[in-house]
Amino acid sequence: MSLISNRKDSIAVVGVGMTDFGKLPDHDATSLGIWALREAAADAGLTLADIEGLVIHRLADYQKFVQITNMAPRLLTASPGAGRMLGGSMQIAVQAILSGMVETVAVVYGNDGSTAGARYGGKGDQYGTGAEQLWFPYGMTSPGAIHAMAFQRHAALYGTTVEQLAEISMTFRRHAALNPKAVMKKPLSLDDYMAAPFICEPLRRLDYCLINDGGVAMILTSGERARDMRQKPVYLRGIAQLSRLAKGELPDDFGYETMQQVSSRVHRMAELSRADVDALMIYDNFTPTVIFTLEGFGYCERGQGGEYVQSGTLRLGGRYPANTNGGHLSESYMQGWSLNVEAVRQVRGELGERQVPDARNVQYLQGGPLSTSIIYAKEAN
Amino acid sequence: MSYAKPLPRIDDHSRPFWDAAKAGHLMLPRCDACGSFHTYFEPWCNKCGHEGVHWERLSGRGRIWANCRFHKIYFAGFEKDVPYNVAMVELEEGCRLVTNIVGLERGTLDEMPIGMEVEAVFEAVTPEVTLIKFAPMASAGDAGE
Repeated sequence: MSLISNRKDSIAVVGVGMTDFGKLPDHDATSLGIWALREAAADAGLTLADIEGLVIHRLADYQKFVQITNMAPRLLTASPGAGRMLGGSMQIAVQAILSGMVETVAVVYGNDGSTAGARYGGKGDQYGTGAEQLWFPYGMTSPGAIHAMAFQRHAALYGTTVEQLAEISMTFRRHAALNPKAVMKKPLSLDDYMAAPFICEPLRRLDYCLINDGGVAMILTSGERARDMRQKPVYLRGIAQLSRLAKGELPDDFGYETMQQVSSRVHRMAELSRADVDALMIYDNFTPTVIFTLEGFGYCERGQGGEYVQSGTLRLGGRYPANTNGGHLSESYMQGWSLNVEAVRQVRGELGERQVPDARNVQYLQGGPLSTSIIYAKEAN
Repeated sequence: MSYAKPLPRIDDHSRPFWDAAKAGHLMLPRCDACGSFHTYFEPWCNKCGHEGVHWERLSGRGRIWANCRFHKIYFAGFEKDVPYNVAMVELEEGCRLVTNIVGLERGTLDEMPIGMEVEAVFEAVTPEVTLIKFAPMASAGDAGE
């Protein structure tokens, strides 16, 4: 089955671009997005005028963006800052190309969270439906606290340990050391992890993703158009998403049933199984998410995610090297986008020291009650 | 000294909850059609789609379903409290509330394990607002209770 059954065409990523990451006080989110898009266009060998569709995520000022880039998109959308909107943004881009509405789409993300002082928790926090009524009076707030609670349940049910969380943090840091763009490169020991202060116990600072500035852009086009472009195309063979937020911020099953559905759809579309996948890019807002996500997408048995991680599966050289750029924990918090760029670059085979040998298929996994997965591949189906 | 912690925004939909708490009762809206309890105050049922609820009193007994302990200060009013615990309590009736566990010696997570039986206690924090917290059940652990 191709992406939609009545079409033979495929979708390819032909350009990727990223800014530097860290504290970039001379840029707002819009200018970070422009910087990233210019990099992506150069990578693709395109000019901004060649881009017909513009799908913007997080950076608030689409008007300034289009004014400064002098673009005239035939498709323009902008979605708010939650990382969960990555999936919808990509679905719009893919469907706009498949439908023939436009041939080439740029998906652009800009985040000035560090400079703008973005906070996740406290007054005004959007996380938690009705939090203002029933959470804040008890001091309950922040996505981190929900993940702390979810981890506590997982630990109580399955015996998952903080040492297993530490392995995730240390593994991604080791990968980040091979990535010149990564914000955090200093190696971590288990002692370093244990010495990190609690934010919301049992989670420590090193279980939390970074907050930094940066931008990411990807340029997508039809497989047909991609054939004569500058970069060898990387095919987007499957994309699936399911939002089941009614199950709550802390679903009983850690999002398992939701992810299972996304998993079966994305593999069916891509005509690739888990056995065909060479590397994983896992949305790592907090370390426990990685464990829940591996279980939900069937990479290990339910409840076994901690042991699966502890056995070194996610390390470079392991069966499924993951977040080879360092992920949100150590490279940058680009809400899934730089993980998608890393997936494309792994399939291109251009990552030097952190290249997974002969990576042909890379799967992006985003867990939780709004789950997304995308499979990138060297060959079209 | 005035109360410095966040207070709920009480509106017409949520007022019965806070009025009940003030009177020492735990009440929640219950779907007129399917009978599920809501832990939000909009009138639509997220189980069956029905519009319309009535209010019912719950037992106030439950078990700790999830727990955590805040070390970071997110609200100025909690700066003297850190580290403080937050729990999600699953009530006998099946729904879950976010709360604090009180009546512990040190308030550490090992004193409030997942599965522990707790019961509602009512803490008036302002003349208008009474928060529903939970304490270990007096009879917790007694076989045959």
